[in-house]
Amino acid sequence: MDDLLRDFLTESGESLTIVDGEMVKLEAEPNNKDVLQKIFRLVHTIKGTCGFIGLSRLEKVAHASENVLGKFRDGVLQVTPDAVTLIFESLDCIKAILTGIEQTESEPQGDDSDVIARLERMASGEGGGPAPTAAALEAAFNAAVADEVPTQPVVKEVAPTDDAKPEAAKPTVAALPVAAGKAAEVSVANQSIRVNVDVIEQLIVMVSELVLTRNQLLEMVRHSNDSEFKVPLQRLSNVTAELQESVMKTRMQPIGNAWSKLPRIVRDLGNELGKKIELQMHGAETELDRQVLELIKDPLTHMVRNSADHGLETPAERKAAGKSETGTIILRAFHEGGHILVEIADDGKGLPVEKIKAKALANGIVTEAELARLSEAQVHRFIFHAGLTTAQKVTNVSGRGVGMDVVRSNIELIGGSIDLKSKEGSGTTFTIKIPLTMAIISALIVGVQKMRFAIPQICVMELVRASDSSDTKIERINKTSVLRLRDRLLPLARLSEVLNLPALEGETAPESYIVVAQAAGRTFGIVVDTVFDTGEIVVKPVCSVLKDIALFSGNTILGDGSVIMILDPNGVASAVSGEVATRSAAEDAAASVTASTEQKQSLLLFRAGSQEPKAVLLGAITRLEVVDAQKFERSDGRHVLQYRGSLMPIVTSLVGSLREEGSQPVLVFSEDDQTVGVAVDEILDIVDATLRFELTASGSGIVGTAVVRDRATEVIDISYHVSDVFQHWFTKRTVPALRRHVLLVDDSPFFRTMVAPLLAAAGYDVTEAANAELALKMKDEGKFFDVILSDIQMPGMGGYKFADAIKQDPTWRSTPVIGLAADTDGDELGTFDALTRKFDRDGLLETVRGFIGSQERAA
Amino acid sequence: MNKTNGGVNEYVTVTIGTQLFGITIDLVNEIFKPARLTYVPLSHPDIAGVLNLRGRIVTMIDCRRRLGISALAGQRDYMAVGVERDGDHYGLLFDGAGEVLRLAPESLEATPVNLDLHWKKVSKGVFRLETGLLVVLDINVLLDFSRRAAA
Repeated sequence: MDDLLRDFLTESGESLTIVDGEMVKLEAEPNNKDVLQKIFRLVHTIKGTCGFIGLSRLEKVAHASENVLGKFRDGVLQVTPDAVTLIFESLDCIKAILTGIEQTESEPQGDDSDVIARLERMASGEGGGPAPTAAALEAAFNAAVADEVPTQPVVKEVAPTDDAKPEAAKPTVAALPVAAGKAAEVSVANQSIRVNVDVIEQLIVMVSELVLTRNQLLEMVRHSNDSEFKVPLQRLSNVTAELQESVMKTRMQPIGNAWSKLPRIVRDLGNELGKKIELQMHGAETELDRQVLELIKDPLTHMVRNSADHGLETPAERKAAGKSETGTIILRAFHEGGHILVEIADDGKGLPVEKIKAKALANGIVTEAELARLSEAQVHRFIFHAGLTTAQKVTNVSGRGVGMDVVRSNIELIGGSIDLKSKEGSGTTFTIKIPLTMAIISALIVGVQKMRFAIPQICVMELVRASDSSDTKIERINKTSVLRLRDRLLPLARLSEVLNLPALEGETAPESYIVVAQAAGRTFGIVVDTVFDTGEIVVKPVCSVLKDIALFSGNTILGDGSVIMILDPNGVASAVSGEVATRSAAEDAAASVTASTEQKQSLLLFRAGSQEPKAVLLGAITRLEVVDAQKFERSDGRHVLQYRGSLMPIVTSLVGSLREEGSQPVLVFSEDDQTVGVAVDEILDIVDATLRFELTASGSGIVGTAVVRDRATEVIDISYHVSDVFQHWFTKRTVPALRRHVLLVDDSPFFRTMVAPLLAAAGYDVTEAANAELALKMKDEGKFFDVILSDIQMPGMGGYKFADAIKQDPTWRSTPVIGLAADTDGDELGTFDALTRKFDRDGLLETVRGFIGSQERAA
Repeated sequence: MNKTNGGVNEYVTVTIGTQLFGITIDLVNEIFKPARLTYVPLSHPDIAGVLNLRGRIVTMIDCRRRLGISALAGQRDYMAVGVERDGDHYGLLFDGAGEVLRLAPESLEATPVNLDLHWKKVSKGVFRLETGLLVVLDINVLLDFSRRAAA
């Protein structure tokens, strides 16, 4: 049923109830003007709305009643019991028609001329006419409801509930925008009621309690053979489960509810702005917690308005740009990686980069020098700044400069984030990411070392059981676990290790399960001991003292009353990539002190172009694919492959040319959400080798060499090979034109061996020093570095003293010194140029990059 | 001390070993016996875990550790004091809890300067009781995990 009609029915039902009561009151005190005024207004509203939505029959009856009421009000007619009865009769007639509308969604056929005629006679002062007989009433009623409606009393006390099952409670209690718990006659009004959220919260708590008690009872009965309680308890158990489910559902609403007004808004906007706009909505059924929904409603509406106003061009402009005259706005909602994503995409003109730059400069948000260093995407993000609108004129619709900054802060308020992608000329896509917090998700419950954790089902691709005796087994490369799953090379993370759980003694599981998960653009396996089951869980936010643990996105109470943590797949994904680099380094540190720039690395050996084996860092590869050569396509002079629903560019510089037939192995690399394939001739092996980073200038396409089976093997610099495919590809790992030299000062060999390869992989030359004294000796030897990283706490000369010493000496004074702190919160900056957290890989690299960038600018 | 008619403050007393502590009663939601504690990996060592208290998830703080008192081997019997802070629910684990004392604020004495650093931070002062010394705990400091100083 149309929302408008539903609202009308609900509202009219309520109004009529009030009118009934007031009429009775009026009959008792015929001169009460207030009551009369109230009745008149209510009937008038019903009449007005009928006319508006084209219910002509209803309108006529209401109009006739209104006339009589108007005469009452003006004092022309006396309020007599007869007159009141006649009004009641017309009200009943209206109700009957409403019932008909509710069932058929259109006005039932029927003749009300009798009632109308009598009302008219009354209005013209001819007295009440014959007092309505029961027969006349029934006739009017039957006429009104036509055949569809069973003859049941017009005034229903409550909507019938079919049975006593808890399902009866299912109609989403808080869901529909319908008012009042009054017993309205129109039963649509009875299908939904407004309930305070606190009541629902309270209900949820009570139900959890009930579940707990139920489980205790079940546990008790299980241990006794007395079966007397078993049957009733089983019934209690089922009812409890259903009750729990129903109560949980009351909080959830499809996101479509927040969208329902958009088609109308877009239509009106189109007319106002003279644009042709098509609005497409996908995933309206995606369920969201109602509180979250309420909070994103306004931002969403605002963004759609923006798309229509700023984003889309006029038909003439579109035609000139070679697009169809009708612009499209697409709304899409879906679950991904434990979040709900909402996209608002338009195929309009995209964000005007130059205009934003000019505006940002004018508003003093950036300086020209900073602007020069910013990527296009970074410039785009300026629109989230306060006071920045690119609309040339302030229209009715938008452009008042209170826009995207408010949208952003509203979204961040509920723990979400917003980002955008835009291409000038072809459109803009905004992506809102809303956390699961408060939402119900489907989760896989896994066990590791007698502890249970929930993994959001949404990121689980498949489950694999691995045991030493079967074909599927976990292989280890220098303590790094990998799994060969079909053609893929799957990096594995042992949950027990990721979570740093103490190993249980004497118990090694003969088999384990691998949850193949996808998150943060990576596919990886999470090794667990057991998999229990799947279930719907209510995500509860973690307590603030636990918020810093990136591996958990929330916690939940299971059916048995215990609390378990919900794993954040994105957190696990970053732990996986960290594992590869850090764990082998830790092994090395324990074994011996290695030469400064040599590290053990896991490498993938392959052949490409020549017979000589080449290698690439295993950690960099996302997947291995063997592709049917027929499937390669050419687009815009490049080789591409249809891969997982999008086009993946294929780099051929290693092999020269692609095979025409047969199959070709492809190494797949991913970064952020870009994916590229590198064609090779043959994949040979995975080995563990000491990697020596080349100290020569880059541009050779080689990261370094590794000794594999006593032979020096070239380790390919993938970023070099894919750079002509993507300008911005692997920006994080882009090797600077001139290699920057980093001095790493830390007394812990463990930390040095962990960080040095990281810096090397980011394209820097690294020199290590075990203490400040050694570092200062290098200064005296005339060495120069671009950045110095120093632990702030070291035996002997401490970090702060070391920084002071550098800053006081003219030789190294201009070299940035970055302090490495265990936790930057409590530490002072001193003479350090910056502090960064020791164990935050990304933060550390970001800081280093920040300084080297600034040096470049100065130069 | 001229003020003799000042009001009295009520404290919930808790114990670790033989040491008495007091928590202002206004802050205490309830006292409960913890059950089914779930350990949270990677969390702060002073966090004993989380549990479900009537549908609410409560973060449990091991006050022995928090105060730097060594753990009792095989300890099973705990009492928890439920407090709320910034919308989060916490349970503070002690060996025992329960008695409510009404004490005149005038008799609260400053924390002895020679007290252990941990204790000095969380102590708001000391009452001299006939049965021993009662250290008044500053819950805000006790639950402040943000600063390294409190750790």
